[in-house]
Amino acid sequence: MDKDLQPRFEWLLRMGDTSLILAQRLGEWCGKGPALEEDMALTNTALDLLGQARLWLAYACEVEGAERDEDQLAFLRDSREFRNVLLVERPNSNYAHTLMRQFYFDAWHHLALRELEESADPRIGEIASKAVKEATYHLRRSSDLVVRLGDGTRQSHDMVQSAADSLWTYTGELFRNDEIDAPLAAEGIVFEPASLHERWSSYVNAVFAAATLQTPPSNTYMQLGGKQGVHSEHLGYLLAEMQVLQRTHQGAKW
Amino acid sequence: MAADRTSVHESVPVEQIWSWLADVADPEIPVISVVDLGIVRNVEWGGERGAETLNVTITPTYSGCPATEAIAEGIRGALARRGVSHVSLKQQLSPPWTTDWLSAAGREKLRAYGIAPPQCGATEHVVDLSRILQRAAGPAIPCPQCGSTHTSLVSRFGSTPCKALYRCDQCAEPFDYFKPH
Repeated sequence: MDKDLQPRFEWLLRMGDTSLILAQRLGEWCGKGPALEEDMALTNTALDLLGQARLWLAYACEVEGAERDEDQLAFLRDSREFRNVLLVERPNSNYAHTLMRQFYFDAWHHLALRELEESADPRIGEIASKAVKEATYHLRRSSDLVVRLGDGTRQSHDMVQSAADSLWTYTGELFRNDEIDAPLAAEGIVFEPASLHERWSSYVNAVFAAATLQTPPSNTYMQLGGKQGVHSEHLGYLLAEMQVLQRTHQGAKW
Repeated sequence: MAADRTSVHESVPVEQIWSWLADVADPEIPVISVVDLGIVRNVEWGGERGAETLNVTITPTYSGCPATEAIAEGIRGALARRGVSHVSLKQQLSPPWTTDWLSAAGREKLRAYGIAPPQCGATEHVVDLSRILQRAAGPAIPCPQCGSTHTSLVSRFGSTPCKALYRCDQCAEPFDYFKPH
C-alpha cells in the first residue's frame, strides 16, 4: 500500500470495525430481547450497521490493494488489529446498558455521517449519504427510549442513570484527534473528531434533561486505545464467537 | 462462451428489458417488482458490436438488506430466461435509494396487499429533538384494510428493514407500514 494511503486505510478500519463490533453485540440479543419489539429493533439496527461495516471495509480493502476482502478483514484478524472504539465492545450487560451504549454511539454516529456526506473523497461521501438515513432512524429510537426510561419508573430511571455513568468513561475516545485523522482532516476527507464534541454534548444534555438524568461530570477520566488496537478483554471473547466458523473451516461459504 | 450466445441481444430495445424487469418480484414483498421499488436505476447496452453486454445498475434499499443478493439473482435469472446471458450488474450507492422512488403503481399494489405505503416523502436527516421530548406521535397512517386513520405504532421495526408495525384501532387488524426512507 502507498504510504500516503495508510491513514485512510486505518480510518476506514475504525469506521468499519466500530459498526461491525456493535452489530455483533446487538446480534447477541437476537431471540432474547426484553420484548418482541425490542428484539426486532436491536437486530434490525444490527443489520443496518453490518451492511454499513461491509461498505466501509470493502473500501478499506480497495485502498489496501492487498487482495483480501471484507470477510477476511472481519473474520481473520485478531484483537490487536481491530480499530473499533472501546465503547462498542462493552458487554450488553442489562438492557439499560445496551440502550445507553447505543444512545451515546448514535448521537456521535449521526453527527459523524452528516459531516462525512461532504467528504472530499466521493466514495466516503456516498457511503455516508447512504448510512445517515439509517443512523437518523436509530438515533430517533434510542433518544426516545432514553427519555421514556429515564423519565419512567424509579427503577428504570436508576438503571438508565447507572448505565449512563458507567459508560461515560468510554465516550471520550470518540472525540480524540490523533495522527490518523490529522492529514485526512487537512484534505477535507474526514472531520476532526474533537470538532463534534460540543454538538454531541449539547444533544446528550438536552435528552438527559428531558429524561431527568444527570450528565456525568466532564472531567471524568476517559479510556482510550481502541482506535489504536489496544482493547479490553471483552473484545477477545466477542471475536472468538464471531470468528469461530471461519477459523475452524477456513474459506467456508454460505 | 460465444457458442451459447443467442441472437436476441443487441436487437432488444432497453424499453423491452425494462418491461421484463418489471416482472421481477421483490423477494421479500413479492407483490411489487424491483422496478416498482426503484431499485433498478439504469439499463443500457455496452461493449463492442457483436459482443454486447447488458449493463444493469441497481441500488440497495437498506445497507444490510439481505434481499439485495436475491434481487441480483432474480434479475440475472429473468434476463437469462429471455436469452440475455451477458449481463453486467453494477451496484450504485449514490444517490441513495429513497422511498420517493416507489412508483404510483407500486404504492397501490402495496396497499392492496395489506402494507400501508409511505405517507410522506423521505424526511431530512435531522433528528427533531422537540418532537421526541414532547413524545409527539408521527403522521397518521391509514389502515390498508379499512382506511381508518385511527391507528397506532406498535414497533418501529418490523419483519424487514423497510417496514414498521402498526395496529388499526378501528378494525383491530395489525399491519405493516413501509417507512419513508
